[in-house]
Amino acid sequence: MAQSLVKEFKKGLWAEIPPFRLVLGLCPVLAVTKSVENGIGMGMATTFVLVFSNLLVSLLRNMIPPKVRIACYIIIIATFVTIVELVMQAFTYPLFLKLGIFIPLIVVNCIVLGRSEAFASKNPPVMAVADGLGIGIGFTLSLSAISIVREFIGAGTITIWGGNPVFAMPEWFTPLSFMVEAPGAFLALGLMLAGMNLIGSK
Amino acid sequence: MREMISMIVVLTVLASVSGGLLAAVKSGTEVRIEEQVLKFQKAPAIESLFTDVSNDPLKERFNLDNGETTVQIFPGKLPDGSMAVAFETFGKGGYGGDIGVMVGFNLDSDQLVGARVTTHSETPGLGSRAKDDLSFVSQFDDKPLDSNLALKADNGSIDAISGATVTSRAVARGAIQAQEIYRQLKPEILKQLQ
Repeated sequence: MAQSLVKEFKKGLWAEIPPFRLVLGLCPVLAVTKSVENGIGMGMATTFVLVFSNLLVSLLRNMIPPKVRIACYIIIIATFVTIVELVMQAFTYPLFLKLGIFIPLIVVNCIVLGRSEAFASKNPPVMAVADGLGIGIGFTLSLSAISIVREFIGAGTITIWGGNPVFAMPEWFTPLSFMVEAPGAFLALGLMLAGMNLIGSK
Repeated sequence: MREMISMIVVLTVLASVSGGLLAAVKSGTEVRIEEQVLKFQKAPAIESLFTDVSNDPLKERFNLDNGETTVQIFPGKLPDGSMAVAFETFGKGGYGGDIGVMVGFNLDSDQLVGARVTTHSETPGLGSRAKDDLSFVSQFDDKPLDSNLALKADNGSIDAISGATVTSRAVARGAIQAQEIYRQLKPEILKQLQ
């Protein structure tokens, strides 16, 4: 039991890490990774939703009639997303303004619905939480990694919290602002995906 | 039939529990969210409108009802001794939804103190200049109350931001709406301030 629990948790960190291995939920990945702060915030919000929706779907898995299961999952997911949205507005308002529409859009994030359908609806609650936590932390790590690359090259800074960079390149560094524009997101994601596959194929 | 009933029951129960939970969270965070909106959206606009007021417009705010909505009013004491008020209106029809505009009026001269954009979802670099670049909103400074604040393209007196006419028009609508609210509420504002 304990062993499989660790296995379910760890698979989210490398073997099935979204969005590199589990190529789902690309919309927030491309849109919010302009700065590390946004990436981490988005990752944490998604993790919260993943863990709790997995838990509830797993608890209710024998009660939900198969024909309306997707509708039930969406109600559960949308509830937690709205909670995250309200809590973010109340406590981290500037971050809420930056993430904007992408917070409510977690409802339709394929990772969250995918984990409910593929995993939580078939496994006991403890396993579902381990899976949600693993996938969520993996997603946060990937978002951070992509946003570190993009922000560093695109703006020459690294901003972790509160809008003040913890690291800034000296004056002579000319940021390649292409990287913080939308096409830069595809480039960063594609190159990192290729890198992951290169390591994985050995 | 049984399956049908179980589907209805499960969905109903789930939706009601979800609704109840969200109502609880909403009422729990409402006060704090209002404070945050005040601090991060309204306060910067008010500070930029009322640069050297001798009071605290945020602390002295009060609400007035204009028949349709409740207007939150921020009073400011201008350096020349006259009183001014600022309140927020929402200009309809921006490129990305309504645009929040904080408009200030001088109660003695009935002139606009100015207008500042508070919230918007306009295109960064184009419509967002309505907020970031003060040269557009500063056109509203010191305009008399009876001036036509529509865009020049609409036979008014305001130059649109080039490349962002839709945004500019929404901001102008917000200012025009503010003129109406001011005319309507001025007696009550004066009563409240005494």
